[in-house]
Amino acid sequence: MKTHWQILVVDDEEVMCESLAAWLREDGYVVDTAPSGRDAVEKARLRDYAIYFVDLKMPGGMDGIETMMQIRRLHPEASIIIITAYATVDTAITAMKEGAQEYIVKPCNPEEISLLVNRIIKVKNLQRENTILRKKLTRQYCVHDVVSKNPRMQKIMALCGEIASLRSTVLIQGESGTGKELVARAIHNAGDRASKPFVAVSCAALAETLLESEFFGHEKGSFTGANQQKRGKFEMAAAGTIFLDEIGDISPKLQVDLLRVLQNRSFYRVGGSVEVSVDARVVAATHVNLKQAVADGKFRDDLYYRLNVIEIRIPPLRERREDIPLLAHHFVERLAHELGKDVSDVGEGALRLLLDHNWPGNVRELENAVERAMVTCRGPVLTEGDFEFLAQTAAPAPAWAVPAGMTIEDMEKVLITATIQRTQGNIKEAASVLGIDRSTLYEKIKKYEIPR
Amino acid sequence: MKYLYVAATEEVEHAALAAVTARVAAEFGGPVRSMELGSVDFAFDAERGQYGSIPVLDMLLRRYPRDAAKLLAVTERDLFIPVLTFVFGQAQLGGRVGVVSFARLRQEFYGLAANREIFLERAHKEALHETGHLFGLLHCAERLCAMSLATTVRQIDLKDDAFCAACAARLRRNPEGRKV
Repeated sequence: MKTHWQILVVDDEEVMCESLAAWLREDGYVVDTAPSGRDAVEKARLRDYAIYFVDLKMPGGMDGIETMMQIRRLHPEASIIIITAYATVDTAITAMKEGAQEYIVKPCNPEEISLLVNRIIKVKNLQRENTILRKKLTRQYCVHDVVSKNPRMQKIMALCGEIASLRSTVLIQGESGTGKELVARAIHNAGDRASKPFVAVSCAALAETLLESEFFGHEKGSFTGANQQKRGKFEMAAAGTIFLDEIGDISPKLQVDLLRVLQNRSFYRVGGSVEVSVDARVVAATHVNLKQAVADGKFRDDLYYRLNVIEIRIPPLRERREDIPLLAHHFVERLAHELGKDVSDVGEGALRLLLDHNWPGNVRELENAVERAMVTCRGPVLTEGDFEFLAQTAAPAPAWAVPAGMTIEDMEKVLITATIQRTQGNIKEAASVLGIDRSTLYEKIKKYEIPR
Repeated sequence: MKYLYVAATEEVEHAALAAVTARVAAEFGGPVRSMELGSVDFAFDAERGQYGSIPVLDMLLRRYPRDAAKLLAVTERDLFIPVLTFVFGQAQLGGRVGVVSFARLRQEFYGLAANREIFLERAHKEALHETGHLFGLLHCAERLCAMSLATTVRQIDLKDDAFCAACAARLRRNPEGRKV
């Protein structure tokens, strides 16, 4: 199973790089090389390698320790082996303290490297097996359609598992195409209601009167065209889940009706007099900022609080770029089967292009882009040329201009506010993103009176 | 018609070259040609007291005969690649040239009494191993197979002087292998 594991050798001396790579390739590993720390980090951004061999001394302002730290920031679980020709106790201690798995002195004994690589791969295989088994055990396979290694998404998926069997209402917020329905289905599938219906209603698609009938059903003769009794989506969901997509778009009247349903757990069919009880769990989603809509008087605050018992905010794809290669490969794998195309991989150039794109349409846009590229591509690997259309369709990014008269303090306040919003009030994460320590961030929050 | 070539550097005794050539011919079939190379002193690294296998492979590429399908060289010199203390041999994976060092295959290297039988058996195994790489074979998980990775002579001694069934089948499926 060695071919599944990829190794990156990082050394500024080409002969060193290539000779180790060739030696490892004979063992069946797929080996990439990088001539500098910067190249290595760039490659690690595109691909998660099982093992990184990193030379300690490299020119260009980025030595082996710095390279290792940056790689570990991208892949905290990375196995990094520092190699050096100039071993000292100090460098060995520093390397190990910063997270190197091993520290070896070149030239190394072939047996030593062979044993080391085998040991790491053995552990990786066991870890992978363990993850698969654990996922099976905790039924996390129910959420396998959500592909992400982003920490925020991981937290969301963990939360989905925790809340799956509760009855509490969930409000999912996120831009279009971020996968709100997928998350709603994940919650449904991971819980006790998995065997019951999952009924999705798009509130934006229907007119108010039709939507009322869609929600609650109607009695025969209740309005023109109502030739027979019809069950509404709440009834159809029964003991399952009703997913109300684009809830921010419903009319004030329907907001009142929905509030009543959530409060009383019952409703009347349109034109009916018999009370129908509701057992379905409500999961709502919206792309608009509902809190803002409440502040603007467009959405009832009491309904907002009823819906927002458990809040999930899905980050847009541009804020979790590390998922782009993962998602691209996932879509290629899935679409190759669906489209019957012999495409198995995404080339490095294409991945770079995908990483640079802004994805206003989020994961859905990425999926469509991969599908379009696969339809027209000729080889087994998607290349930069297959995604040429992205450059043509991409709207030019608006140039960010500093408003006239802005002070450094104004700018700092804006930056801190935006970062805290992006991290959803997580101060530790915000401080890390801003590159300052927590106590400094607290001081600035106090100074600028930034709401958290 | 393309031939498999087995070449020897100047210090290699004729009998050893003949024995290895015969073993390779028996395993891969078809005519195998012998070839004499000069010295590999150009590859000597004074600091390490060893010979770089990469410059040796470069030299073999320059001297590659027109009618060669593959070229395997044998030498008495102790070989290394920069990152490792030594190599028993090196070959281009799926490529044209490879080299085997006899230096560490001899009992004398380890301070033991010379034993020609043991030496030749190890030389056969390593010649098959590096030639296997030339035909694209990777290291084999089967410990007894000639393609299993050996980093010590003990591991070489444990191997068989032959490919396992799976590696032999891979060789048969290799269209390049069938041309030889």
